[in-house]
Amino acid sequence: MDIKEKVKEFVTKYIQEDDLGYDVNFFEGGFVNSLFAMQLVMFIEREFEIQVDNSDLNITNFDTINHIVALIEGKKAS
Amino acid sequence: MNMLLTDEQMVLQKDFKDFVEKEVFPIADMQDHKECLEEHIVEKLADKGYLGAVISSSYGGKEWDPIVSGIMHEEFGRASTGLRSLFTVHEMVAIAIQRWGSEEQKEKWLPKMAKGEVIGAFALTEPEVGSDAKSIQTVAVHKENHFVINGQKKWITMGQIADIFLVFAKYDDKPTAFIVEGNRAGFTRKLIKGMLGFRASMGAELFFQDCEVPEENMVGKCGTGLTHVALSCLDHGRYTVACGCVGLGQACLEESTNYARKRKQFGERLINNQLIKKMITEMAVQVKAARQLCYYAGCLKMQKHSDSINETWVAKYFASTMLDKICSDTVQIHGANGCNQASRVERLFRDAKINSIIEGSSQMHELLIATNTAMTTRRTKFKPKTEEK
Repeated sequence: MDIKEKVKEFVTKYIQEDDLGYDVNFFEGGFVNSLFAMQLVMFIEREFEIQVDNSDLNITNFDTINHIVALIEGKKAS
Repeated sequence: MNMLLTDEQMVLQKDFKDFVEKEVFPIADMQDHKECLEEHIVEKLADKGYLGAVISSSYGGKEWDPIVSGIMHEEFGRASTGLRSLFTVHEMVAIAIQRWGSEEQKEKWLPKMAKGEVIGAFALTEPEVGSDAKSIQTVAVHKENHFVINGQKKWITMGQIADIFLVFAKYDDKPTAFIVEGNRAGFTRKLIKGMLGFRASMGAELFFQDCEVPEENMVGKCGTGLTHVALSCLDHGRYTVACGCVGLGQACLEESTNYARKRKQFGERLINNQLIKKMITEMAVQVKAARQLCYYAGCLKMQKHSDSINETWVAKYFASTMLDKICSDTVQIHGANGCNQASRVERLFRDAKINSIIEGSSQMHELLIATNTAMTTRRTKFKPKTEEK
């Protein structure tokens, strides 16, 4: 399973929308609460073996599947 | 998943048990009566390295895994909830610095915290703000190269003796975390006495009046104070409280069984009475169930699994609410003897109540667990029969 599918699988555990688009902003949409933000950080760190740093903690890095994937790919590349 | 403790974990468990039997049980009631920690107990904890339980070995800590850390809280919770609370708040601050602090903050504070040279305390609650943490009224204003903090905190465990505080204040209207040293100008503290339980937890009110802290004392980023920094701390706090409840429940079970074995009424020992047996059975089962929930949450923490957060809510909720019945039954078994300050079970009964309030009340846990369950429970793909018709 590629990064995008793994992220989608995790996100749809909390947002049970079968056709959740890759660019849907799930924070603005009210699909999730603030606790989800920390669960998401833990998932990313464990699944992709990267460290989310303070400098990464911008909501725009975590608000859509595509943004999360871009963050992961960027950190893995660096 | 291994359901048994490893040899290494069992060695440490025995070490904690031996220390608690020798150093904590003899002073626990006295600490409760005096409403403060015994003078040399913090040094003894530091000598054993217990204050560095969760701190990385690269900063001089023990770096024990969450199961070992949980066992330590269980063993101390069995003897003294007040003393155990020192570990909780000290570790919460260490975790915040370790996870979200700058390299300079880690280098500056973690080695001292691991050695017990610096004690940390967690300062979120305010006179008007408890569960609704987003509404904190303490504010931080940026001026030149420092922040100026104004506000008040209340019910701060170890507030009387802590050297540094992790203080949550609104900066630019966003909850943000700061390290505030206890010797800063503009910072004062006032001890709190007369608590129902946790009487040795050295509680205090904190006052910040134009208290200046350097820019580099911010922990994490502006606006991440609650969602990331406090959440990491409180997650650990809840886990340790849950494990402490298991220890408190175990103490009730031991006190009840020992008393019922000795006490004779109507020519029979209480332990032979079927109604007493029922109470002891329920205690034994509840304590074992709570311990397993704590171990499960601990296992998930070891794997840094995202489900560890909600499984910790479950463990803390179950472990703290079970104590209502267990402690009540323990006093009931002891009769009038359990209703006097001379009895240890009277203290256990009082301490139990605090556990269902701190680190999130039982009602907040009910809301969190229900919300998470509603979010993550798979929706059925099948139409109910009533709809088919």
